[in-house]
Amino acid sequence: MMNSKKSDFVKFEQVDKSYDGKELVVKGLDLDIAEGEFLTLLGPSGSGKTTTLMMLAGFETPTNGEIYFDGRPINNIPPHKRGIGMVFQNYALFPHLSVYENLAFPLKVRKVDKSEIEERINKTLKMVSLTGFENRMPAQLSGGQQQRVAVARALVFDPKLVLMDEPLGALDKNLRESMQYELKHIHESLGVTVVYVTHDQGEALTMSNRIAVFNDGKVQQLSGPNELYETPVNSFVASFIGENNTFTGTVKEIASGSAKIETDSGETIVANPIAVSSSGEKSRISLRPERVSIDPNEQLENKFTSEIREIIYHGDHTRVRVNLLGNDDFILKVPNASSDLKLNVGDKLDLGWSSHDCRALDY
Amino acid sequence: MTAEIRTSDGELLSIKLKKVERRRRTTAFLLAAPLLFFIVFTYVIPIFQMLGRSIDNVQMNEFLSETHEVMQAWDGSEMPGEDVTSTFYYELKTAVENKYHGKIATRLNYEKGGFTSLIKKTSRKLKNFDENANFLDQFIDVHKKWGDIEYWQALKRGTDAYHFRKYLTTFDYEQKFDGSIERIPEKLRINVTLWLRTIFVAVGVTFCCFILAYPISHLLSVLPTRYSNLLMICVLLPFWTSLLVRTSSWMVLLQKQGVLNDTLVSLGFVADESRLELMYNMTGTFIAMTQILLPFMVLPLYSVMKTISPSLMRAATSMGATPFHAFRKIYFPLTYAGISAGSILVFVLAIGYYITPALVGGAKGILISNRIAYHMQQSLDWSLATAMATVLLIAVLVVYWLYNKIVGIDNMRLG
Repeated sequence: MMNSKKSDFVKFEQVDKSYDGKELVVKGLDLDIAEGEFLTLLGPSGSGKTTTLMMLAGFETPTNGEIYFDGRPINNIPPHKRGIGMVFQNYALFPHLSVYENLAFPLKVRKVDKSEIEERINKTLKMVSLTGFENRMPAQLSGGQQQRVAVARALVFDPKLVLMDEPLGALDKNLRESMQYELKHIHESLGVTVVYVTHDQGEALTMSNRIAVFNDGKVQQLSGPNELYETPVNSFVASFIGENNTFTGTVKEIASGSAKIETDSGETIVANPIAVSSSGEKSRISLRPERVSIDPNEQLENKFTSEIREIIYHGDHTRVRVNLLGNDDFILKVPNASSDLKLNVGDKLDLGWSSHDCRALDY
Repeated sequence: MTAEIRTSDGELLSIKLKKVERRRRTTAFLLAAPLLFFIVFTYVIPIFQMLGRSIDNVQMNEFLSETHEVMQAWDGSEMPGEDVTSTFYYELKTAVENKYHGKIATRLNYEKGGFTSLIKKTSRKLKNFDENANFLDQFIDVHKKWGDIEYWQALKRGTDAYHFRKYLTTFDYEQKFDGSIERIPEKLRINVTLWLRTIFVAVGVTFCCFILAYPISHLLSVLPTRYSNLLMICVLLPFWTSLLVRTSSWMVLLQKQGVLNDTLVSLGFVADESRLELMYNMTGTFIAMTQILLPFMVLPLYSVMKTISPSLMRAATSMGATPFHAFRKIYFPLTYAGISAGSILVFVLAIGYYITPALVGGAKGILISNRIAYHMQQSLDWSLATAMATVLLIAVLVVYWLYNKIVGIDNMRLG
């Protein structure tokens, strides 16, 4: 990121939000969004991510705290004066206006003159590859085309910040994936700041510079996609992002960089202490399936024998469910290229993993 | 060149498809048939028979068929000749013998006042006529009105099998005996005033309903279901109460010593001696009709507003439109279908409204439907009543036709 760009282009400061006066939907939110960044708010439904987005758009008012946009506090600025573009979940295209008129709406409101309106609309439609669709009505467009119009309409007036509320939720899988790339490219070429809300982790990992994982009204972890997947800081993030094998146990010994943990089944696992600090603490150990080696030759701190329970063919890989240390749902991913392995239900299988990959998190 | 497509069993696809479709259509028709027959026999046919009375004069034409025949040769410029008067004499004699001369008298009286007494007196004296003397002179001897050529002209016109003069009366015009069409004297004109008043009230009530219904429908469409259901019940409550009861309640509220006036007086807004005239005038008709017809505006508006996603308004404001601008350019245009459906329902119901104006309208608040009822029940001029009803029906059909052309009847939804 360039130095001239602000790192706190959008700033949430101690923001609380409650709808009913009994429960906080957003709790003490502190969040800085850098200029030009693609930030995703990821979380299950009811985690407060959409409320956060709506507060930024101005459709909801924070119960406490202040939101700053480009250095200005915006709590008391109504949505139409904030100059923030927004793409809605169901596109919210004006059904009685043509594509051209939909795109012209924000420009006409800004009293842009006619020739410039036309120029800007042409440019924007070209960007979303919808040139020639100017006179279509929204109902005459496919879901993907409507989506592009919605994006174009949010960008056509050159806002500095664009909010997207699960914009790809209604599209089928293939279209969703191609739109993800398209949105990413648009973001890269325009350099606009994007705040994106989704509950789809794949979408978040593909598109974002940074991801804020929401749960229970709080940001659980804010980091790049890579760190989020590789180094989750708590068991919620570990279980929410990607696939995850877990053991629960109690810390027996703890030193810098490694801890011995006795699982509930009585074995000892050497793990990387992330969210535990003293012996006697309960912990949930998280281990990604792809970090487990089968028939390990090298020296690994953790080596155990498991029994195969189920084999599921997945095309490019095979998933093997095994029983390991009392955990009946331990999943292995075996790439099909290396399938010189003969796997049968009931066979014994030796497994091993490094203590670094096995993270001891909160219980 | 396209090959004929056949189904697997070798039949032509187009024929097979028609067969299958026909079976489906027959089922649909059979399902609708009982109601269709019921409506045709109890509603459509009687209505058209009734409407036919506005032009129908076949009975008179039969009673005096020969007179009618002979009179065709008479141009009406001077007194009729003996051929006419003698034929009339014999036919009237038959009428007296068969006791239907009363009907002839009543019917001819519509053509020209004074005919009732003229025919009755003549009928009594008919036995004194000398069948070998000049008939016209004897008629004039019985009653001097027979010397007035207009009575003979009225007789000629009154025996036509069909006529359209009631439609002229509907708009306060009359056809003179010389064939010219003129407005009736000013002090007799009432129908045009009533037509204009009816249209004014229908348009005004529609507008008032629109103004009152729009905000409440919007509220209904955005409230959470449990509140909107309660509010919907309040809107629909009038539907569950008899129309007479509702109108009578308005009488209790609106009369000079009524609840509304009492309240205004006790609050000091109105002096006791100058209580407001809220009833037996247009004000009463307006207020009561607006309240009664309000649900017909609320329901279509609500059903359309319910389909407008709240995110549309949010989208518009996020793009920089003020809430008012967003309403004007986005929300309001999207409710056109509801506005037009509600307006046409209220307008069509209002234009034929009867009970409410009859009870709270007084002389200044009655509408064309009350006049139709008057001619049906009191003056017994059914031809005029049905002519007015026909005009009303055509007006309503024209409005529907326009609505269908402009908006499309498919857009009408009630829930």
